[in-house]
Amino acid sequence: MGHSAPKIATIDGIAQEIAGLLGSMLVETVDHADELSFTVVREKLADAMALLRDRAHYQQLMEVAGVDYPERPDRFEVCYHLLSVTRNHRIRLKVSTDENMPVPTVTHLWPVAGWLEREVFDMYGVIFEGNADLRRILTDYGFKGHPQRKDFPLTGYVELRYSEEDKRVVYEPVRLAQDFRSFDFMSPWEGAQYVLPGDEKAEAKDQGSKA
Amino acid sequence: MSDYLEKLDHVTDAVDPTYGDTQIQNYTINFGPQHPAAHGVLRLVMELDGEIVERCDPHVGLLHRGTEKLIEYKTYLQALPYFDRLDYCSPLGMEHSYVLAIEKLLNLEVPLRAQYLRVFFAELTRICNHMLNLGSHVMDVGAMTPNLWLFEIREDCLNFFERASGARMHSAYFRPGGVHQDVPLKLLTDIADWLDTRLPRLFEDAMSLVVDNRIFKQRNVDIAVVSKEDALKWGFSGPMIRGSGIPWDIRKAQPYDVYDRMDFDVPVGTNFDCYDRFMVRVEEVRQSARIMKQCLSEMPEGPIASFDRKVSPPKRGEMKRSMEALIHHFKLYTEGFHVPAGEVYVATESPKGEFGVYLVADGSNKPYRCKIRPTAFSHLQAMDFMMKGHMLADTTAVLGAMDIVFGECDR
Repeated sequence: MGHSAPKIATIDGIAQEIAGLLGSMLVETVDHADELSFTVVREKLADAMALLRDRAHYQQLMEVAGVDYPERPDRFEVCYHLLSVTRNHRIRLKVSTDENMPVPTVTHLWPVAGWLEREVFDMYGVIFEGNADLRRILTDYGFKGHPQRKDFPLTGYVELRYSEEDKRVVYEPVRLAQDFRSFDFMSPWEGAQYVLPGDEKAEAKDQGSKA
Repeated sequence: MSDYLEKLDHVTDAVDPTYGDTQIQNYTINFGPQHPAAHGVLRLVMELDGEIVERCDPHVGLLHRGTEKLIEYKTYLQALPYFDRLDYCSPLGMEHSYVLAIEKLLNLEVPLRAQYLRVFFAELTRICNHMLNLGSHVMDVGAMTPNLWLFEIREDCLNFFERASGARMHSAYFRPGGVHQDVPLKLLTDIADWLDTRLPRLFEDAMSLVVDNRIFKQRNVDIAVVSKEDALKWGFSGPMIRGSGIPWDIRKAQPYDVYDRMDFDVPVGTNFDCYDRFMVRVEEVRQSARIMKQCLSEMPEGPIASFDRKVSPPKRGEMKRSMEALIHHFKLYTEGFHVPAGEVYVATESPKGEFGVYLVADGSNKPYRCKIRPTAFSHLQAMDFMMKGHMLADTTAVLGAMDIVFGECDR
């Protein structure tokens, strides 16, 4: 029987239909857990979205999500979640980019994209070309950095408090009263990605015997 | 009067030297961040021409707590209570999306009783949320009494949550694989009594004061009309899209848990204004009560959580006897369970609209990325176009009909 998450009807041949529609814009199609993801060429994103909205009847843009993969050359992935209320179907469109390459905006297709793109810009620093109002949205006025990047520390860099002397709120570098605890649950039997304590000795002994 | 006109006669302006003219400039005001009708910390920068709103720029993020970042550093189970704190008016609606996303990645089957309990409490959450929203909407446009009466019902709901989970608001009741605990039979019978007697009496009493009230209609009818096309373009969902006449309900269209066994109607608006959004919510309360009654009559006996011991913990009693149960418990509450790599977007019909969770798993015990799709974010963005040409005093009516909670909007 399986999970009880929202059942989205599978439409026969929908992947081929969209692949045909996107043509050379399509880079990759992934069908995982009953959800279709299409990776498209970054520069052609707005064209692909216009086709999907007008020809494939995906009327609604529900969500734009950024994801950071620091180990990839194009480290950011921007995922657009589309919903068709007439065909009762959802798909995901993806583009990848880095800190400098702009992603074309879709605000002319869906005004809702304005804030969604602003959020991705705020959190990851992805630039959207053509978005007229690309200000920060969730972080503080005058905030520096992009907090959802994997290299941004969870604690941030500054903390603020009300200063009785200055009679205003002041920013100060973060001081932790207790060290930040990060537990490591990677089992050494499942191939840990680091050198276990004591293992370096075995390595040194091996080299010693060879020499 | 005559000497005043005489005085005006001599007033001339360098730009436009006709008499009596004074130049009027647009006036910019700051609404919030601490305003009782803003339902939290919303700052609206409004440009006014007299009393008419020309432009409205919502500044959000004043309640940003970095939930998505924190979740990346927590195990899947530890991240669950953060969802209660997103939309603190309907906590179980938020949990529902998250647990379903995890279960979809794990492809985990949930026992039938747990599915019924989830639907049952999700609908109780809907009633609880709408009581707050309907009441505060009425109060924002000037009526005091219905709000107090509706808070009676909300208080009852919170007591029921407390009896089920131990917490009035932040229940953390839905868990991956089922629910946390079974409910006592007395609680179910009490809720059944409440659904039959107290809820309809209090609710219909309170509604009889407002739905045909002339002042309430004057403040809401024809305010912020949103056409079907606009509702689609602005990413509306939930009562907002239904208020715009589109019969779209995820519980019907893409049913989850046991919603496909439930018999209920989806109300839609006909004038697409604030009054319609209000009335859609009023009808949803009645439909929720209907769903809850069906749950009560159909709910089977049985387990309330999955027996997959790699995901859901064993009972306390089992741990006293079984070494294996003890090990499972220890592992689940320290390391947590591992979720196979993959990504899903799961959206459920929360009381406020489509609440989605985009979960990216990398095979470890922590989410690689958990993007939360709040309902209020898209709705609030439409504020500018909905307010254009309306009076300043309509702001509260429009905001009230949007049903915005900032814990969820700002995350």
